[in-house]
Amino acid sequence: MLLLSCPWCGPRDETEFSCGGEAHIDRPAKPAELSDRQWADYLFMRGNSKGRHLERWVHAQGCRRWFNVERHTVSHHITAIYEMGKPPPKTPKAGK
Amino acid sequence: MTAQDFRLATGGRIDRDLPLRFTFNDRPYTGYAGDTLASALLANGVMTVGRGFKYHRPRGIFSAGAEEPNALIQLGSGARSEPNLRATQIELFDGLESASVNCWPSLEFDIGAVNSLISRIIPAGFYYKTFMWPARLWMTYEHIIRHAAGLGRAPKRADPDRYDHRHAHCDILIAGAGPAGIAAALASGRAGARVILADEQNEMGGALLGQAGDIDGTPAIEWVEAALEELASLEDVRLLPRATVFGYYDHNYLGIAERVTDHLGPAAPAALPRQCLWKIRAHQVVLATGAHERPLVFADNDRPGVMLASAARTYVNRYAVKPGRRAVIVTNNDSAYEAAIDLAAAGLPVAAIADLRLSPTGPLVERVGELGIELLAGWAVVDTHGRRRVEAVDVGRLDDTGQSITGEVRRIDCDLVCVSGGWSPVVHLMSQSRGSVRFDDDRACIVPDESFQEERSAGACNGAHHLAECLAQGSRAGAEAARRAGFAKAKPAKPPKIPSAPEAESTPIRALWRIPGVGARARADKHFVDLQNDVTAADIALAMREGYDSVEHAKRYTTTGMGTDQGKTSNVNALAIIAEITGVEPNAVGVTTFRPPYTPVGYGVLAGRNVGALFDPVRMTAMHQWHEQAGAVFEDVGQWKRPYYFPQGDETMAEAVNRECLAVRYRLGIMDASTLGKIDIQGPDAREFLNRIYTNAWDKLAVGRCRYGLMLGDDGMVFDDGVTSCMGENHFLMTTTTGGAPRVMAWLEEWSQTEWPKLKVYFTSVTTHWAVAAIQGPRARALLGELCDDIDLTRDEFPFMSWREGTVAGIPARVFRVSFSGELAYEINVAASYGAALWQALMTAGAKHHITPYGTEALHVLRAEKGFIVVGHDTDGTVTPHDLGMDWIVSSKKIDFMGKRALSRPDTSRPDRKQLVGLLTIDPGEVLPEGAQIVSEVRPEPPMPMIGHVCSSYWSAYLDRSIAMAMLVGGHGRHGETVTISLEDRIVQAVVTKPVFYDEDGEKIRG
Repeated sequence: MLLLSCPWCGPRDETEFSCGGEAHIDRPAKPAELSDRQWADYLFMRGNSKGRHLERWVHAQGCRRWFNVERHTVSHHITAIYEMGKPPPKTPKAGK
Repeated sequence: MTAQDFRLATGGRIDRDLPLRFTFNDRPYTGYAGDTLASALLANGVMTVGRGFKYHRPRGIFSAGAEEPNALIQLGSGARSEPNLRATQIELFDGLESASVNCWPSLEFDIGAVNSLISRIIPAGFYYKTFMWPARLWMTYEHIIRHAAGLGRAPKRADPDRYDHRHAHCDILIAGAGPAGIAAALASGRAGARVILADEQNEMGGALLGQAGDIDGTPAIEWVEAALEELASLEDVRLLPRATVFGYYDHNYLGIAERVTDHLGPAAPAALPRQCLWKIRAHQVVLATGAHERPLVFADNDRPGVMLASAARTYVNRYAVKPGRRAVIVTNNDSAYEAAIDLAAAGLPVAAIADLRLSPTGPLVERVGELGIELLAGWAVVDTHGRRRVEAVDVGRLDDTGQSITGEVRRIDCDLVCVSGGWSPVVHLMSQSRGSVRFDDDRACIVPDESFQEERSAGACNGAHHLAECLAQGSRAGAEAARRAGFAKAKPAKPPKIPSAPEAESTPIRALWRIPGVGARARADKHFVDLQNDVTAADIALAMREGYDSVEHAKRYTTTGMGTDQGKTSNVNALAIIAEITGVEPNAVGVTTFRPPYTPVGYGVLAGRNVGALFDPVRMTAMHQWHEQAGAVFEDVGQWKRPYYFPQGDETMAEAVNRECLAVRYRLGIMDASTLGKIDIQGPDAREFLNRIYTNAWDKLAVGRCRYGLMLGDDGMVFDDGVTSCMGENHFLMTTTTGGAPRVMAWLEEWSQTEWPKLKVYFTSVTTHWAVAAIQGPRARALLGELCDDIDLTRDEFPFMSWREGTVAGIPARVFRVSFSGELAYEINVAASYGAALWQALMTAGAKHHITPYGTEALHVLRAEKGFIVVGHDTDGTVTPHDLGMDWIVSSKKIDFMGKRALSRPDTSRPDRKQLVGLLTIDPGEVLPEGAQIVSEVRPEPPMPMIGHVCSSYWSAYLDRSIAMAMLVGGHGRHGETVTISLEDRIVQAVVTKPVFYDEDGEKIRG
C-alpha cells in the first residue's frame, strides 16, 4: 500500500485516497470547435507510461482536496506532490 | 492415555508440572505446557501424522517450524475448526482436539495408497493429460480428485471468534527474534529508536531455543533472556511474540498476524481477540528471518522417521523429546554434526553419520569421533525401509562424481534419519519487498542480493552460517537502520557491542542435488522433492523432457512448491535439479516469485471487525424508529435503510403496495424522503457552476423557485438527476438520487477544484442535516394548511416547482412543492432533530385524511406511472438525454456544458440507439420481469436478435394493468408497434407507447 503525502494532511495510507488518472489533461475551452477525433482524444485517450507518470489524486476520506502526484509506475517511487494548476516538475535529465 | 515414553527426564523448555490433555484423531494423549502439538505427539511416539497428497504414502513430522510440509492438522471442531495448520506451530493447550487432514478414509487404512503402487502411471501432469476429454466432465473429475487428495475442511458455520486490527508506525521493524534479530533490536533500541520486534514463535530466541551452545561463556538461552529483559525495559521497544510478519508491501508497509489467544484454547479470556492483524508502516526494516534446513533428495526420503537434523536437535533440546530410538544422520555440511552431538548427549544413540563430503574435518568432526559415532565419509543414504515408519536405511559409497554408488550397500537399523542438505535463507520477505535474490554457488543457497526498499537482511536469512556472524550482522543492521531512521544524527552511536561466540571451522558443503539410487530406485520416482505435493525428482525430469523448462512452468506443471507450505523445504532443491538437468547454473534458472503471505493467514484476522453489522455502516433517518414500529419492511438503498412497504395485518407485498399507491392517487400518502442527497452550494459563481454541470440553463431561476436538472458525464451519458432550488442569489440547494449523493458531491468537487478553480463556489453535503417528509396526493394541501399558517398555499402563490420558508406543526421548515409521484405534493424539510416530531404531527393530523405511509416500491410504481426515470435503474451509463426523450432539458442556447460536445459524436447521435419507450403488454395481467429482452425474431432457442430490454416494470393498481418502460432500438419511432419479449418459458407481446401512463398533461401535479 502506497504512502501518499497529502499537501494539506500529511502522509496517509493509500486507502484514504482515490486516484483520478492522468494529470494535466485540460478540458478544451471551446469543445464545439473540436473535430470528433480531437474530442475523442480528450475524452478517451490516456497515456500508459512505464516509468514517470503524472496523475491526480484526491484525499477522498480526508480533506477531499485534489492534488497532483509524480509516481514511477514500476517502482511506485513518488518523486513529487504538487497542487492542482501548478506545472509538472521538470523531467530529470537522462542519466540522473 | 499413553505415557510419554519418548520424553526425556530432564531439560527442555517445557513445564513438567503442567500436563495438558489433547486428542489426535480421537485418541487421547498428554503433553506439557511449552510443547507444540508436534513435540507432544513425538513425546507419545506418534511420528506418522498424515498421508501424501497424491500417492497417499504415510508421512511423518518432518520439521520443527513454519517450513513443515507434512504434519498438516485440522484443529478444533465445529465453527472454530481450522484446517491445514502445521503441528509444528500449534502450541499445545488443555483440551486441544486435532486430526490429520490428508488421510482419507483414515490414517491407518488408506485407499489412496494404491496410487503408490501405480505411481508410474500417474506422473507429473497426469491429471491434465488424462482428464482432458470430454472437457465438460472436468468438474466431475476434479471433484473426485480433490476428495481423494483432500486437504483440510473449512468450517461451514460463521466464525464465533473476534479479531482485531491495529495500525502502528515505527522507526524500525525487525522480523525475527533469533540471535540476529535480538542483536539488531539491542543496537537500535539502545539508540532510542521506536522498534517493533516481531517473532512467529511463542518464545523469542529463534534457533537458540533449540541449541545447546554458549555465548560469552554462558548458555545461549541465558544471553537471550538477558537481552529480552533489557529490550522490555526500553520504553520505545515493543516485543511481539506469536506474531508472523507475513507480508511486505510497497512503501515499507508490512502485515503481521499475531496469535493473541490461540494458544489458550477454551481458556482464552473473552476480553481478548483471538488474533490481531498489525498493519505496520516502518521507516526501516531489518529482516532476521533465519534459514530453513534443506532435505536431501534420496530414494524413499518421505518415509516417516526422516526428519531435518536441526528439527531433531530442537526436539531434543527445546522440548526434551527423543524423536526416535536410534538415529542415522545423512548430511552434506557441518550443521548436522551438532545435531548428532546433542542427540547422543540426550541418550539417543546415533548409529552412523553418512557425510556426502569426501573428507570432512574440523572440531565438530573430531568431537563426533570422540563420542564414538561411526563416520561414513563420502557415503550417502540410498534407500529407506519400513512399513509405517523407517526401520532401516541402506547406505552406500558415492563415487567421486557423486553420480553413482560404488561397492556394497550396507543396511543400518534405525527409526530416525536426520537429514541436512544445507540451509536455505528465508528470503521471502526480502523478495516480497521487491529486493532481488541470487543463487550463491559457494554456500549453495539463495541469498539476498539488492534491496529495493529501506530494508536489510541480517543473520541466517542473509546466508550467515555461524552464530558469531549472525550476531555481528544483526548488530550492524540494527545500528545502520537506526542511523537511517535519523538516530545517528541525534546521538552518534558508539559501535554496538557485539557479543562473542565460538567460531566454527568447517569443510565446505558438497551440493549433491539428487543422491543416486540403486537398482529400481535409480529411476528417482521415489526421490521426493516436494513432500507436500508429492513431486519427485523424476517428475521434474519429465517436465524438462516435455519442454516445461522454465522454473515457472515447471512449478505449475509438476505443482512443486504450490502447497500450503509454498515449497519452503523444496524450492531450492527443485531449481537446482532443473539447473542440473538443463545444464545451466542455478542462478540462471532463477527462482519463482515469493508472494505473501509467508505462512497462511486466516480470513478471520484479515476481516477483523469488518463482519456482520460492522461490515458496512448502516444509515437510518430520523423517522426510522417510527417506521420500525409501524412494521415497515426495509430495503437497502446505498447504506440507507429505507421503508420498502408498510404491510398491514397479513397483507402480501403486492397488496400493501397496491393499497399505498391508491392512497396517494385518491387521498394522501406520506413518505420519508430524508435520504435524498442534499448539497448546499454557495458562492458568487454558484449559478455559473450549475450552468456548466447541468444540461439546462440556470441564469433565470429566481429565489424561491426549483428546477429539475440532468447531469451528464463529459461523454454525454446521464450521470445523475435531481431538483435544485434557488435559496438566494448566490445560494442553491441541490438534491441528488439517494445512492448517488457521494458520487455527485465528489463530481462537483472534482470539476470545481481541478478544472474551474477560479469559480468561487463551495459545496457542503447537508443530506443528514435535514429530515424530509413528503406528503403526496389530492389532500396534501388540506393537511399542510392545517399545520402551517405562515405560508400562502394557494396555487398561484405557491406554485409547483417553488419553495417557501415557514413553520409546520410549530417547527421551522422549508417546504418544497416538488413531486416524484405526479400528485400535488409538498416535501417538508426540517432540522433532522425535529424529523420524528414532524412525522408524528403529520400522521396525527393526517388521520382524518386517511394518510398512508408508503415505501420505496410504491414510490417506484407511482413515478413509473408518471414516466419519471430513475438514474441507475432505467439508465446504465450508456444513455443520453436524447435516448430518454428528454431533449427538452438540454439547452441549445448554452455554448457549453458538461457532456454537450459528446452529444454530437457520431455514436451518440445515430438514430438506431436504444431509446426509452413505454410497453403495455397485450395481456394486461402480465408483469414483465425487469431485464427481459425484446427480440426482433423468435427462434426455438437463444441466441435471438435482441433489440431492447425492459428497465422498469410494475403492476399499476391505479390503471388496473401492468406497465413497463424499456430501452428499445429506435424506440422513439416505434410507438404503436407490437414487439416480442422472449422470457425463459414463454413469449410475451406488448405494444410500444410513450413512457407516460398517468396525467400526461400535468394537471394533477400542478393542481
